[in-house]
Amino acid sequence: MVGPLSLVVDEGDCLCISGASGSGKSLLLRAIADLDPHEGQALMQGVAATEIEPQLWRSRIGLLPPESYWWLPQVKNHFRNGMPLPLEQIGMSAEILDQPVARLSSGERQRLALMRLLSNRPRILLLDEPTANLDPVNTRRVEEVITSYRRENKAAVIWVSHDVEQVARVANRHYEMRDGGLHATEIEGRQWLS
Amino acid sequence: MVELSTVDLLIASLLVVLLALLSLRQQSNISRQLIIAAVRTAVQLTLVGLVLKVLFENATLGWVTLMALFMLFVAGREVMMRQERRFKGWWGYAAGTFSMFLSSFAITVFALVVILGNDPWYEPQYAIPLLGMLLGNTMSGIAIAMDRLTHAAWEQRHIIEARLMLGETANEAISGYRNQAVRSGMIPIINAMAAAGVVSLPGMMTGQILAGTLPVEAVKYQILIMFLVSAGTGLGTLAAVHIGASRLFDSRQRLCLDRLREP
Repeated sequence: MVGPLSLVVDEGDCLCISGASGSGKSLLLRAIADLDPHEGQALMQGVAATEIEPQLWRSRIGLLPPESYWWLPQVKNHFRNGMPLPLEQIGMSAEILDQPVARLSSGERQRLALMRLLSNRPRILLLDEPTANLDPVNTRRVEEVITSYRRENKAAVIWVSHDVEQVARVANRHYEMRDGGLHATEIEGRQWLS
Repeated sequence: MVELSTVDLLIASLLVVLLALLSLRQQSNISRQLIIAAVRTAVQLTLVGLVLKVLFENATLGWVTLMALFMLFVAGREVMMRQERRFKGWWGYAAGTFSMFLSSFAITVFALVVILGNDPWYEPQYAIPLLGMLLGNTMSGIAIAMDRLTHAAWEQRHIIEARLMLGETANEAISGYRNQAVRSGMIPIINAMAAAGVVSLPGMMTGQILAGTLPVEAVKYQILIMFLVSAGTGLGTLAAVHIGASRLFDSRQRLCLDRLREP
């Protein structure tokens, strides 16, 4: 059981959520993306989820789950809208597009899943541990890609992270989730650049 | 035609008993099922023979309809039981039964009225066997297709949800599995049509020939039946898979696997 809770995220904000596993962070993100039946309302720029078509809502709210799934044979088949930015920015080259998905490592899948999500140009990003399978170098690359997307598109970001150093690097607000509620927490060594 | 006596059938049943004994020696528990199924065949067919005898003597629309509905409800139950992850509640029964009603009844009435043109059109000697053949085949097609659909939705739930998250509609996210389900429901009848006469002599045609009908006449009936059965199976499968696929999602296009029973 999560909530009841109330949360406002401004455009250009990056809000990090931490909390023990099972505390309901993923459930909260799924409820915002309207993937599970839930009470309460999510609004984007004053428009409630229930007022627009669910597929439109979900493509504007980009939810990145911790595990990525692929259903077409090759990587490039999944990018109908083209690549949102050069793959070099996440430490890959364009050759990977011709690879069968089965050959990708878990870290490659995770980074490509972020690219796939950004190619929808979402207004809000809901990121569920987007760097969980990545080494420190690629973690930094992904953080930079997300931060620059947020700043260029004035996107709002809700980011589930367990890494206090990562929170300090990327977030301007930090919450801890416990007992089904969100509790504001200080960010130690905050390096925020709006 | 050679009349069969009870002794003739008992001699034939010895073959089944022999097979059951052989299976018993291999310690497989199939022999029990075999005997039960054989007894069911004998009892059910004897009863239906008696029922048909009475029905033919009282050929009113009411009795024919009652018999047809009974067959439909039994077929509906059979479709439901054959699905591993069927829909909970009355949906599990209604989706298949309604689709069979839609396809088998419509096609049987069409064939009786437009093609055969008997007087009265519901003459049970034609209506009941025709409906039986349609229901039997449609039942298998729908059961296979629905089982395939719900199974795929369960197995591929993460992929379906991932596609929803990326802004696809429920229809886009399920369409591949829906098409596969329809395909697997229709493969048996397509195979039967392709193999008819070359690999196998269809049962109805064989029966008519044994009863003394000219082979050319029996063949015409068999072709009619094949066409009716494939249309019935196809329509029924399409309807059932359509109902099933929409039942997998709610009004906000969320995947609702809690509507399926655990196996």
